[in-house]
Amino acid sequence: MRALGTAILVLVVVAALGARALPFDPIQLDLSQALDPPTWSHPLGTDELGRDLLTRIVYGARTSLGIALGAVCLAAVAGAGFGVLSGYVGGRVDAAVMQAVNVVLSFPAVLMALLLVALVGQGVTNLMLAIGLQAIPGYIRLVRGLVLSVRGHEYVEAARAVGCRPARIATLHIVPNVLGPMAVQSTFLVAAAVQLTSGLSFLGIGVPPPTPEWGAILAGGRNYLNIAPHITLAPGVVLLAVLLALNLLGDTLRDALDPRTRV
Amino acid sequence: MLTHVLKRLALTGPVLLGITLILFVAIRLLPGDPAVVMAGDLAPGEYVERLRHSMGLDKPVYVQYLLYLGRVVRGDLGRSSKSFRPVAAEIRDRYPYTLQLAVAGMAVAAVLGISAGVVSAVHRGSLFDHGSMVMALFGVSVPVFWLGLVLILLFVVHWQVLPAGGVGRPSHLVLPALTLGASAAGILARMTRASMLDVLGSDYVRTARAKGLRELAVVLRHALPTAFIPVLTVLGLQFGSLLGGAVITESVFGWPGMGRLIVDSIAARDYALIQGALLVFATSFALVNLAVDVLYTVVDPRIRLG
Repeated sequence: MRALGTAILVLVVVAALGARALPFDPIQLDLSQALDPPTWSHPLGTDELGRDLLTRIVYGARTSLGIALGAVCLAAVAGAGFGVLSGYVGGRVDAAVMQAVNVVLSFPAVLMALLLVALVGQGVTNLMLAIGLQAIPGYIRLVRGLVLSVRGHEYVEAARAVGCRPARIATLHIVPNVLGPMAVQSTFLVAAAVQLTSGLSFLGIGVPPPTPEWGAILAGGRNYLNIAPHITLAPGVVLLAVLLALNLLGDTLRDALDPRTRV
Repeated sequence: MLTHVLKRLALTGPVLLGITLILFVAIRLLPGDPAVVMAGDLAPGEYVERLRHSMGLDKPVYVQYLLYLGRVVRGDLGRSSKSFRPVAAEIRDRYPYTLQLAVAGMAVAAVLGISAGVVSAVHRGSLFDHGSMVMALFGVSVPVFWLGLVLILLFVVHWQVLPAGGVGRPSHLVLPALTLGASAAGILARMTRASMLDVLGSDYVRTARAKGLRELAVVLRHALPTAFIPVLTVLGLQFGSLLGGAVITESVFGWPGMGRLIVDSIAARDYALIQGALLVFATSFALVNLAVDVLYTVVDPRIRLG
C-alpha cells in the first residue's frame, strides 16, 4: 500500500510537470462540448464549460500542490526559526512566543485561513500566504519541543564548552537533529494544505476562476451531480489518492524515524 | 483537583484575550478607515460617525482595544454591513444549527471511531483490524466536501432515501453528520487502537484475565477506561477541526449555520460579521478545550488524586 502511495505521488508530480504536453487548453471554453461524458478524445469527460477534465485536473495539480508546497515551505522556515529561538533562548522570549502560539492555535486551521483570506484577499499567492501563516504556530510548537529535548544533550554541552556561539550551536548542532520530525510533520502538513487549498477554492474564496484547481473544479460540478457526476468524481478521486499517498508517506517516514509509533 | 481546574481556568483567560486582540488588530490591518471597513460602503454617514465615536478612533489604540472589549462583554458585536442587523442577532440565529451539526458529527466520530478502534485492538491482525485501519486512513484523507458530494450522489440522487438539504427533521442531519464526522472517526479509530494495544499489554490487565474475568469485562471495565484518557484529548482537539469542517459541510448541504454565515460574509466583505462570527467560533473552541481538560481530572485518577 505504501509503494502504491509513492507511485501515485510520482505519477501526479510527473503529470503536473508535463502538463504542457496535453493537447487541450485548460482554460479555453467550448460550450458545444459542455458536460460530455468520458470518451476516447476526453478520457475523463468535459466540465460544465466544455473544457477537457483531464487537462484541468493535471493543471490543477500544479496549482493545488504548488500552493501547498509553497505554504509548507514558508511555515517550515518561519516555524523552525521561531521554534529554535523559543526553545534555545528560553525565559521570557519562550513564554511570549508560546503564549502567542497558544492564542493562534485556539483558532481552528480553517477559520484562521478564512480570516487571513478575508484580510489579504483571494488569489494563488495570497492563498499560499494565508495557508502558510496559519501553519506556522504548529511548527513552532513542534520545533520548540524538539529543541528542548535536544539542548540538554552532551554534544550540545560539549559545543558550548569549546566556546561555540549560540547561533552556531543552534544552526550546526540543534537544527540538524530536528529535521527528521520536521520532515514527517511537513508531509502531513502538505496533505492538510492541499485539503485546505481545495476546500477554500470549493467555497469560492480560494483560487479564483478560471485557474484550474481541484476544489474549484469540484465546485463547478456540484450543480450537475445527477447529469454529469464525472465532474465531481474524477477530480475527487485524484485528490483523495494524493491525500492518501501523502498520509501514507508521512506514516512511513514517522515509522522509519520512530518504530514505536507503528500502528 | 480544584487547583488544576483553577490553574486551567487562569490559562484560558489570556487565550480569550488573545483571540479578541487578534481580531481587533486584524480589522485595523485592512486599508482605509476602520469605521467604514466595519460599517461597509453602503452604511449611512451618521451610522459611520456613531461607530467611529463608539470605536474611539480619535483615542489611543489601547483605549480603542478596551472599548472593543467592553462592547464584546456587553454582547455588542456591531451591525452587519449587508443586512444591517446586529451581528449578535445574526449569530444567535445560526449558532444552534452549527452546534447541532458539530455535536452530531462528534457523536458519529466517537461511536464509529472508538468502537472500531477497540474491536481492532482486541482482534489485532484480523481481517476486521486491517479493514478498519484502511477505512480509518480513508477517513483521515478524504476531503470533507468531496465526501459530502459523493454521499449526496449515492443517497439522494441514486437511492433517494435521504434529503440533500433542509433542517428540522433527524433525517436532514444524517448526511451532514456522517460527512463531518468521517475524518474525526478515522483519527479516533487509529488513536483508540494504539491506546488500547498499549493498555491490553499491561500487567493489571493480565491480572484481571488471570483471576478469571470474562474478556468482555476485561476490555470494557479494565482496559477501556485507561485507554480512553488519551482518546479524550484527541476528542477535544477534534472538536476544533469539526468546527472548521462545519464551515465546508454547511456549504455542501446548505445547512444554515455559522460556517455559511462566515463564507457569505467573506464574499460580501462584511467585516463586522466576520469578526463577530470568528470570535464566537474561537471562543467556543477554547471553552471546549477547557471543558476537556476539566473532564480529564474527572476520568484520570492520577490528576484527581495527585
